[in-house]
Amino acid sequence: MVELVLILISAIFVNNFVLARFLGICPFLGVSKKVDTALGMGMAVTFVMTVAAVVTWLIQYFILVPFNIEYLQTIAFILVIASLVQLVEMAVQKLSPVLYQALGIFLPLITTNCAVLGLAVLNIQKSYSFLESVVFAIGAALGFTLAMVLFAGLRERIDLCPVPRSFRGTAIALVTAGLLSLAFMGFAGLVKG
Amino acid sequence: MIAAVTSLGGIGLLAALALGAAARKFAVEVDQRESAIIDVLSGANCGACGYPGCGAYAKAVVEDGVSPSLCTPGGQGTVEAIARIMGVEAEAAVPQVAVVRCQGDNRKAKEKYRYLGLADCNAAQKLADGPKACPGGCLGLGSCERACPFGAIEMTADGLAVISREKCTGCRKCVAVCPRQVIAMAPREATVHVLCNSHDKGAAVRKYCEVGCIACQICRKTAPEAYVIEDFLARVVYEHHEQAGPGVEKCPTRCIRDFRQGYPEGSSFRAPGTDVSSDVDAGANEKVAG
Repeated sequence: MVELVLILISAIFVNNFVLARFLGICPFLGVSKKVDTALGMGMAVTFVMTVAAVVTWLIQYFILVPFNIEYLQTIAFILVIASLVQLVEMAVQKLSPVLYQALGIFLPLITTNCAVLGLAVLNIQKSYSFLESVVFAIGAALGFTLAMVLFAGLRERIDLCPVPRSFRGTAIALVTAGLLSLAFMGFAGLVKG
Repeated sequence: MIAAVTSLGGIGLLAALALGAAARKFAVEVDQRESAIIDVLSGANCGACGYPGCGAYAKAVVEDGVSPSLCTPGGQGTVEAIARIMGVEAEAAVPQVAVVRCQGDNRKAKEKYRYLGLADCNAAQKLADGPKACPGGCLGLGSCERACPFGAIEMTADGLAVISREKCTGCRKCVAVCPRQVIAMAPREATVHVLCNSHDKGAAVRKYCEVGCIACQICRKTAPEAYVIEDFLARVVYEHHEQAGPGVEKCPTRCIRDFRQGYPEGSSFRAPGTDVSSDVDAGANEKVAG
């Protein structure tokens, strides 16, 4: 149980996927202009990550390992993740057209989001058990959402500030992301791993 | 090898079946007409119709019965196509262009003070209602130029916005951004316009601008149908714009311009059919060399 809590805390704060591992920067910069779209994207990624962790773990240990075809890991995982994203996209379009409009191109881009594939691969690399994988996935996704929402809040404030012209837009966003990442460095050493 | 092919193929097949089932479950009913309208719209997402993008406008046409003639960039062809899809009679959309109703650049109009702030009209307007002595004149800091998605606006060297009638699509973004409402929409076929936006009395206008309307009534006397003076400012009655021609020559301050004869001086835009070398602006000041 303590193990699981440690994995969760580590994934959210210490080894935050965006701010410490630098995975999933694309949606982090692309869909973080407003807090509510950032939250929606976080939710979508949370769903995809959790389900992807479950399915990829099962595929790894029940198909790839028994048949001795671990070298197919990458393509098999991408296949699963892409299908999941398609599923999420359909669901979002049906359930929340507004969010669907707001996420735009970034929703299908979760397919190629290295955070999701990175999570699946890390689960295998760290030899996590099934339960640990799921907890790690939830932690990573929550960490991603946290980073997204914090960053979106910062960007909403920046929009109201007199930013020098040469810094406007992506430039100031990247500088801010760097500072946010530095802030999260404060958690380093809290949990090993 | 066999294991690899079958396992990967199996995963793919399962995913495909699951997605197929989900697609049925989550199918979104899209009105056929809506997608058809999106296809005929220009896809510029310029907002001229007043909706946030072509998709939103198409939706509004189908669901709320909004007029099909709001897409200015698309022009008459688009209007007719939408009307055909919706099965209603096409209304004639009068294509519009934006006109800068001012010729008072830095050499022709006086300034109240020397403005050294942000190069943005809205910022300048906040500082004691802008540096121009004229309350309605073009501030010349180029906010409209930056807002124009089509490159139809240029700022002359003397700080005056000029809009190319050829490039303007009538999207109204410049109208929205101009803090002094210098830019107004006018029918594309009307080429004669009163290029002044000052409602001050003639005596006051004379003090600060060489090319301002002094409401002297001469244009109205020349072509009574085509001109009207309101609040010390003449304007062309666009229903009778074809009769407005004589006023151009008669105007003592030369603030009425026929765009067929070219654009205000200092502009690089050329009206179709005008010779580049001929300077049509009879009242033009000699350009200072250097």
